[in-house]
Parts: sequence; C-alpha cells; structure tokens
Amino acid sequence: MKGLRVIIRKELSDHFSSYRFLILFALITMVSLITVYMVGLNIRNELEGIAKPRFVFLMLFTSPGALFSLVQFVAFFGPLVGLMLGFDAVNRERNQGTLSKLLSQPIHRDVVINGKFLAGVILITVMMASILLFIAGLGLLVVGIVPGSEEVSRMMIYLLVSIIYIAFWLGVAMLFSILFRSTATSALAALAVWIFFSFFITLGASVLANALADRGDAETTESLIKKAGIVKAVTLLSPMELYTDATATVIDPRRKSARSVIALGPMEQISMSRFSGPLALGQSILVVAPHLIFLVALTLICFAVSYTVFMKQEIRSI
Amino acid sequence: MNREAVIVTEKLTKIYGGQTAVDRLNLNILEGEIFGFLGPNGAGKTTAILMLMGLTEPTNGRARVLGLDPARNPIQIKAKVGYLQENMGFYPDLTARQMLRFIAALNDIPPESVDGRIDRTLDAVGLAEEEQKKIGAYSRGMRQRLGLAELLIKDSKIAFLDEPTLGLDPDATNRMISLIERLNRERRMTILISSHLLPQIQRICHRVGIMIKGKMVAQGPMETLAREKFGVGKETYTLEEIYMKYFQES
Repeated sequence: MKGLRVIIRKELSDHFSSYRFLILFALITMVSLITVYMVGLNIRNELEGIAKPRFVFLMLFTSPGALFSLVQFVAFFGPLVGLMLGFDAVNRERNQGTLSKLLSQPIHRDVVINGKFLAGVILITVMMASILLFIAGLGLLVVGIVPGSEEVSRMMIYLLVSIIYIAFWLGVAMLFSILFRSTATSALAALAVWIFFSFFITLGASVLANALADRGDAETTESLIKKAGIVKAVTLLSPMELYTDATATVIDPRRKSARSVIALGPMEQISMSRFSGPLALGQSILVVAPHLIFLVALTLICFAVSYTVFMKQEIRSI
Repeated sequence: MNREAVIVTEKLTKIYGGQTAVDRLNLNILEGEIFGFLGPNGAGKTTAILMLMGLTEPTNGRARVLGLDPARNPIQIKAKVGYLQENMGFYPDLTARQMLRFIAALNDIPPESVDGRIDRTLDAVGLAEEEQKKIGAYSRGMRQRLGLAELLIKDSKIAFLDEPTLGLDPDATNRMISLIERLNRERRMTILISSHLLPQIQRICHRVGIMIKGKMVAQGPMETLAREKFGVGKETYTLEEIYMKYFQES
C-alpha cells in the first residue's frame, strides 16, 4: 500500500525516541531479568543430583521465582505496553492538527491506522524477542543447559502468542484513541478495561458462579464442578485468561489440559499417572488451539472495529 | 485569454445532521487565478474546501477538480492539490527539513531529488536559515510559511488556503500575502484563499466569492460586484464596503 512504509517508519522513529517507551522497556527488561535470575538459581538448587532433566530450559519461563514467573509477568504487564503504545495514536494527531494534514496527502485513509498498528506490532515483536533472548542467554549462563529444538520451537510459539496478546491490547488502546478526543480519557478508558479484565472479571465470575450454581446444603462434587465450570467459562472471556492458559500449556510440556479443575476418580488418577510423560509439541498445540483462535479473533475484531469507526468518521470532526 | 476552468462545481451541497452547511454551490475557478473565498465564520467555506479535496463526501451535486471527481478519485486529487488548513498542526519534534522529507515521502517523490527540492523550497518561503530548528520553536508566521512549503514540495497545481493569515502579526501577514502572490505569479499556481483580511484579499485576488450561510451570494471580479451594488458612478470602492453590503442584505 502506498505510503504505508512511510507511516510505519515515522511511527517507529517516534516511538523509539519517546521517553515513555524507553522507560517502559527498561522497566520490563529489568524485572524479567531479575525474575529469571532468581528462577535460575532455584532451578540449579532443585536439579542437584537429578540426571538428564528434560525441559529445564523452559522452566526459566514458567517456574515462579520470588514472586511470579515470566509468563505471569507478561500476562499482567504486557497489556500495559500495548496500551502505552496505542492510547494516543489517533487522538494526539487529531489534537495537534496533523491528522487532517496526513489525510490531505495522497494516501488512503486506512494507511494511517494500519501503519500505526503495524508499527506498534513491530515494536512489540522487537521488545518481546529481545526480552526472550536476554532470558535465554542468561539461562545459558546460570543453568548451563542448551535448549533443544523442541524447546526452541515452544519458545517461538510463546513469542508469537505473546505478540498477538499485546497486539490485542494495542488494538483496544487504538480503538479508544479513535473514539475519544482527549488523550487522558482514552488512556483512562483503556486502563479501565485492563483493570476490569485483570481483577474484576475473576471476582465477578465467582459471584456469578455462586449465584447460578445450586444452593444446596452441602457442597456436592457436582456443584463444585459446575461452579468451577462457570468460573472458567466467564474468565475465558478475558484475554488475559486466554493468554495465561495458552502460554502455560505451550511452554510447560507437562500440562495436558488448559482447565484448572479436572474431576479425577481413583481410576482416572491411575490411568493419568501412566501417561505422566510430557506432551508432544503437536499435542500441546492442539490443547491450546481454541484459545489461540479466540485470542486472534478478539484482536482482529478489535482492530476491525477501530478500522470501521475511523473510516466512517467525518473529516469535519477530525 | 481563454483559460481552462480547473475547479467546477454544480449545485454542490453538504448536509450535516439536518443542517445545510453548503447549499447548492456553483463555482468556476480558472487556471492560474487567485480566488478570494469570503464569508463569516461558519458560512461553509471550510466544508466546501473539504469536499473539493475529497476529504468529505458531498450530499448532493457534483464537483470537478482538474477534471477529476473528488468523491471518486481523492488520491489523485490529493497528489495534485495542496490544502493549508486552518489551525494547521505540525509535529513539534521535527525540524522543517524532516517535516518536508516526510511529506515528500508520502507524495512518492524520488528520494534522490528530495534534498535539492527541499533546499529550493525552504529558500522560496524564507526558512532556509531556520531549517535545523524544531518546529515547536517556530513562530506562527514561520509555521504558516512551512505549510506553504509543504504545498510547494509536492508541486501542487492548486492550493486551498484556509485562513492562512489567521493570528499573524502585520509583518508576518504581509510576508505571507506577498508569498502567496508570488507563488501564483511564478508558478502559475491556482489559489483559492479564504480570509477575513479584506484589504489584502482585494490586493491579490482576481475574483472573489462571498458565501453566507452556506450560499454563494455573489461571485465575480471586484469591479463587477461593485457595479452591481453601487451603480456605475462610483469610482473608488473597497472590498470591505462590498462585503458589508452583501452581508447586511442577506
């Protein structure tokens, strides 16, 4: 598309020279390095005396260090990156009067927002990739184990999913920057959505589950399962939950289900223990495919809405 | 002299939410002329320009700019037509050269010829010495001249100037007006200028149109309008007198 590269280049140089991005990047890099360093030390202690461990390398990302694992960290703070990159993408241009200048150049209108979105995605990619490489390098130093090909491919999938996940939040932020004229309003709205999905939806889900499930005297196994099912169904609306489930399964080969509660009788437990080996990569992907598809769909829907709203806005109001 | 009409509109109408912003506008602007677009604020001048740029679609009627329909071929029109909007914005962190480079890239100007072009353009608008400064540090007059430079870098055949002198001090205003006149004379740029500075408009415009409440109430060379309003006897007149007369009558 004509002009797309120009817009992307301009946006990237804007981002890279903005303090807000540098501060955020420094912060995230620092925290992930610390997390992984602590995880690495723990792993070394735990692995004393065990022969030929499998997938130790991936434990760098999944096992909680002092507070949380890297996967959890990205699930929680990754959205902030997306929001920061996008919350003023369109309305800042509108407020400083450069949007109508851009639009009176010979480019299609959608090039402006495609360019902004793609530039954001490129940045997210650069950021996530460099964080992962940092960690991988540090892992090599601390743990001293070279990742195998399967571990590398799991890491790549994790990278891809993380990019999609943060891109979703970029899409949300850009949507608000199109809808609201003031950058403060769009930032607050985007933050509100983030907080809603990270804190309130879990609360709301259990409230809803309690309301919907049977109010019997004793808590039977069935009612517990039903409750857990409702909680899960509601929280799956949250991209954060989708992401956590999907990445945890991809990056932890020992996980076989994205579900948190599984009804197990004694026989099932016996049969499960017979298959306690790690899942093959293809099987892990099968388990999380619905999550991934839903996450991609959410991202696309969000971008499509921004796109339609932006294309239909009257120029006079720009 | 038989000149080609570069902007033609027929009954061009724009209705925003039940309100008629532009009402059956008929324009006919010839190549190489400066057309003064007058009228009180909110008369629909900007809306008319937006329709001519293809930035907003007309509700009714048709327009032709350089033989193209702005509603259908906005990209081709934007490549040839420049628009200096009212209260135009810049990226405050860029220098004039970076800004012009960005505009040039958006207009597909071959990169190898860009720098020479920017040099000449900055010279023409008198910003050659300030090119390393960030635009955030520019005065309003300098910004407006940079806006003109953006039209020059893409070599616009037609320029829509919406209130180019708004908020400028007298010196900057004069500089801007002479610059506009020179662009028209030297580059044969067709210029449609909307402004409230009637004496300056009178000085540079070949023809004027007066728009009130979305309707074009008068259009033509100043002598014609004066004759229409004051009769043949009056030798000296100012655009201001003509304008006020039309304004009071409507």
